[in-house]
Amino acid sequence: MCANHDSLASTPSRRGFLFTLGLALSGLAAALAGIPIVGYIFGPVRGRAGQAWIKLGSVATFPEGQTRLATYDNPFRVAWDGPTAKIACWVRRVGGDQFQVFAINCAHLGCPVRWFPQSRLFMCPCHGGAYYEDGSRASGPPPRGLFEYEYEIRQGQLWVRGGQLPTLAGPV
Amino acid sequence: MWGPFRGPHVQLMALAGPLRSVAAWLEVRTGLAAALTLAVTHPVPRRTASWWYVFGSATLVLFALQIATGVCLALVYVPAADQAYQSLLYLNDQAAFGAYLRAAHFWGSNGMVLVMTLHMLQVFLFGAYKYPRELTWIAGVLLFLCTLGMAFTGQILRWDQDAYWGLGIGASIAARAPVVGSMLVHVLLGGPIIAGRTLSRFFALHVFAIPGILIALTGLHLWLVLRLGVNEWPMPGRVVDRETYRTRYEDEVHRDGVPFFPVAARKDMVGMAVVVLVVLACAAIFGPNGPHGAPDPTVTDASPRPDFYFLSLFALLALLPPWTETVILLVGMPLAIVLLLALPLFAGTGEKSWRRRPVAVLSVLLILLVVTTLAALGVMSPWSPVMDAGTALATPVAYVQGRAPLDLQGALVVQNKQCRNCHSLGGEGGRRGPALDGVATRLTRDQLIRQVLQGGGNMPAYGKNLAPAEVNALVAFLETLRPSNQPPARAPVAARPVARQD
Repeated sequence: MCANHDSLASTPSRRGFLFTLGLALSGLAAALAGIPIVGYIFGPVRGRAGQAWIKLGSVATFPEGQTRLATYDNPFRVAWDGPTAKIACWVRRVGGDQFQVFAINCAHLGCPVRWFPQSRLFMCPCHGGAYYEDGSRASGPPPRGLFEYEYEIRQGQLWVRGGQLPTLAGPV
Repeated sequence: MWGPFRGPHVQLMALAGPLRSVAAWLEVRTGLAAALTLAVTHPVPRRTASWWYVFGSATLVLFALQIATGVCLALVYVPAADQAYQSLLYLNDQAAFGAYLRAAHFWGSNGMVLVMTLHMLQVFLFGAYKYPRELTWIAGVLLFLCTLGMAFTGQILRWDQDAYWGLGIGASIAARAPVVGSMLVHVLLGGPIIAGRTLSRFFALHVFAIPGILIALTGLHLWLVLRLGVNEWPMPGRVVDRETYRTRYEDEVHRDGVPFFPVAARKDMVGMAVVVLVVLACAAIFGPNGPHGAPDPTVTDASPRPDFYFLSLFALLALLPPWTETVILLVGMPLAIVLLLALPLFAGTGEKSWRRRPVAVLSVLLILLVVTTLAALGVMSPWSPVMDAGTALATPVAYVQGRAPLDLQGALVVQNKQCRNCHSLGGEGGRRGPALDGVATRLTRDQLIRQVLQGGGNMPAYGKNLAPAEVNALVAFLETLRPSNQPPARAPVAARPVARQD
């Protein structure tokens, strides 16, 4: 009678233990699988660490007072990037060693702005934003002027700091 | 009603003796035929056997077509940034039926968004989202959002110029989120910039993640339709009450219902066949869409445009006052989605009939009007400068014939300074600014000079870019631009020099 009672009492506790163990093990398994998955998906998040110095070319290739298109290879490129490994920017040589290097992406929504040397304006094909030659906003929806790269002149070469898509959250 | 179906049905059964024994073998083990028969012959209200009720099944069949064509495309498509474009060209030009299947997938996606929208409008106007079908509506809204997600990710897989800059637009919108903006951009792009990892990410979303969610939600949606019954034809004055609705519905269905198959399903079958045939016909006639130009961001003569489902958003982003953009994108859009999801929770009872719901009808008309107008504007995009106007368009002969040398110099300035990127002459050129034909009837010489030098009202200032002689010639030319029967603009009285009387 007594033993019978014991077995009745122990059965639910054994079941309870198994259930708790099952939950705990499943939770552990879910965490061990889930944490790397979440980490993997959010892996590309890096703040300004996604920036590097890039050589654009000899200063002499940019005539004074003119704005020219320059292209460079994404410093974080992978072998299968294809044509998207290339990035373009507008280089304005104000004079001497004084430059302005603009991202090609419109400050409104990232479309490629085009330089019109005759009217000395950058125009965007998407929503009609326009910028003056110094990159300041001329008209249209952009909330600010063109994004400008940091630049340095090293031994006659023009270097810019870039590598990430310039947006309002992360200008170049 | 059953007559025409019984004959061929019985004959088929007689012909298919061996098949019947296979079917019986399967049925003993799966029991699926019995369950499915019960499901498809469930009674539905008689009046719902209507053409208005075919859009749901039409959406479903288009989804099935998308899966079939999508799997086929994935057999050839290379989801790598350096080869995707070439694999699309291969599909277009070399693979047997490749171009046709690409076209069917593209037109199928357009059709799916369109028919799904019709389904949603019908459900809304017929009050079908009300008790007890709230969750059916919520699942439906999520299906709609997932379908738009498929539309966006699918357009990225086209991996052409539009895809590249479309990603730029998407990332720029995400970047406007406070605090997490930069993080969102990197997660979206799979790296700091649009490149190979971005395409792989969108491929995984388009081919695995979103379709998985779509299939699961479709299952839930269909299960709820079966469980709760097809919404009855709404009658004015027949109000939904949580206490009585289900009993009244069951009574009606048992008293005056018809089996879904074949009575109501006949129209569904016709509807399904028609939408598929229309999609296939469009595919055959119009062919695939793109790819338009390799995704090379150093090619700067791109003029990116989204597919039609996002044209209204594209137009909205050009037309909103800049200071409202971020608020509307980050607060307005999510709020609209929450409102759509929560609709049955705050309007779950009451009148179902559109005859007694004027606000519902007016909302639908307003939304349709806004979306179609914006989409039409998106097609024309009058806010976009005509980038090649300065070299591609000639000055109309009538505007240079018999003019003074100074005026002709001015005409050259208009041409060379790309004025026509934004201003049209003789109906050709940009529409960002007002047409210059007849500008002299609106602005005086002084006003013209001020507008050119200082800009304003969306026009850049040209003060630094024009020599005084160029301004002089330009304004002289602009002053000739008026019909001969209209007088030139006159300065307002207050602006005229007044003789002082000291």
